[in-house]
Amino acid sequence: MGKPNAYDDIPGTTVFDAQRSRQGYHLNMFCMSLMKAENRETFKANERAYLDRWPMTEEQKQAVLDRDWNGMIDRGGNIYYLAKLFFTDQKSFQYVAAIMTGSTQEEYAAMMLKGGRRPEGNRYKREWKKKRG
Amino acid sequence: MGRIIAGVTTSHVPAIGAALDNGKSGEPYWKKVFDGYKRSKEWIRKAKPDVILLVYNDHASAFSLEIIPTFALGCAAEFPIADEGWGPRPVPKVIGHPELAAHVAQSVILDEFDLTVVNTMEVDHGLTVPLSLMYGQPKEWPCRVIPLPVNVVVYPPPTAHRCYQLGRALRKAIRSYDEDLRVVVFGTGGMSHQLQGPRAGFINSKFDHRFLDLMTKDPKALARITHLELLREAGSEGIELVMWLIMRGALDEKVREVHRFYHVPASNTAVGHLILENVK
Repeated sequence: MGKPNAYDDIPGTTVFDAQRSRQGYHLNMFCMSLMKAENRETFKANERAYLDRWPMTEEQKQAVLDRDWNGMIDRGGNIYYLAKLFFTDQKSFQYVAAIMTGSTQEEYAAMMLKGGRRPEGNRYKREWKKKRG
Repeated sequence: MGRIIAGVTTSHVPAIGAALDNGKSGEPYWKKVFDGYKRSKEWIRKAKPDVILLVYNDHASAFSLEIIPTFALGCAAEFPIADEGWGPRPVPKVIGHPELAAHVAQSVILDEFDLTVVNTMEVDHGLTVPLSLMYGQPKEWPCRVIPLPVNVVVYPPPTAHRCYQLGRALRKAIRSYDEDLRVVVFGTGGMSHQLQGPRAGFINSKFDHRFLDLMTKDPKALARITHLELLREAGSEGIELVMWLIMRGALDEKVREVHRFYHVPASNTAVGHLILENVK
């Protein structure tokens, strides 16, 4: 997987770079297939069987079945592709963002109304380590 | 000749389109957003562009990981509205300007910008939400639109500097067109936001305000901004601000800011909007 990148020290952030795009190709193309109504129906009828049509890793498939959004991101998923999956579930970007940040949707929406997550303390991984002791 | 009269930047948050389409634009949460575009609607009614060159990014609608053009140009006669999973937005189809688009493609490629010519393409919220914000809900869009999609989904997007330079080449291309046309360039996306991972919800208003200031005062300073700074300071999806530099490069060096609006939040995103006119 190439050298470490300068952006690897941004906390809570996975940059969807060329390596991740390669790693997540089939996961993301599975999501893309859900743009078609008939595929959404087939997927919903038997998720596992539909997933088995795609040469994804077992971990990727399990993350989809568990709707483990951070898990999918870790395994090469891209948020704009994952959106096809959570739209199939009739969920919104805010719903999924709340889960990925470990908060309830109400807490997350309240944070956004107050101006969002501040940059102070959220620029470098070392700042998060300090915060968590 | 073609004449670029102004540039518009605006965020293209999908939830803004959904709010308008579902009759929620009067609700307090959304009214704050739409109120910021009241003056813009008046402005564009008077400005009457013949053509909008609209810089935006496709969100895995027309393109997927199969083909990832860094810069593309929509040269078709018309562009259908994409179904992004909720059915296509109930907005008019987008009418292109194939003659001008073909001229622009030829000009910028010879100017060493190797963009991809696209003759069949659906357009998603990245393109339609800015049109809705500026024109409301007309039966037909009142002008032609040339889509210019930029890859900002798979890292790395083109650099801010490259985007600014493409803007310069577009300016030259439009000015060398032999028909009298009034052109407005849109640069869309942004401002600060992050949609993924535990840092989702990231907003940096200080960074955004500085960016808005520099768009008028010192765009060359913005063209030097690095991807690392954008990712760290504007969020992983805030990197799409590079597209604003294409619009800025297409304008004259000296511009007048005629309107500015900034608001947090629209869903997960800081909304930023500028209208910049060339000073004759």
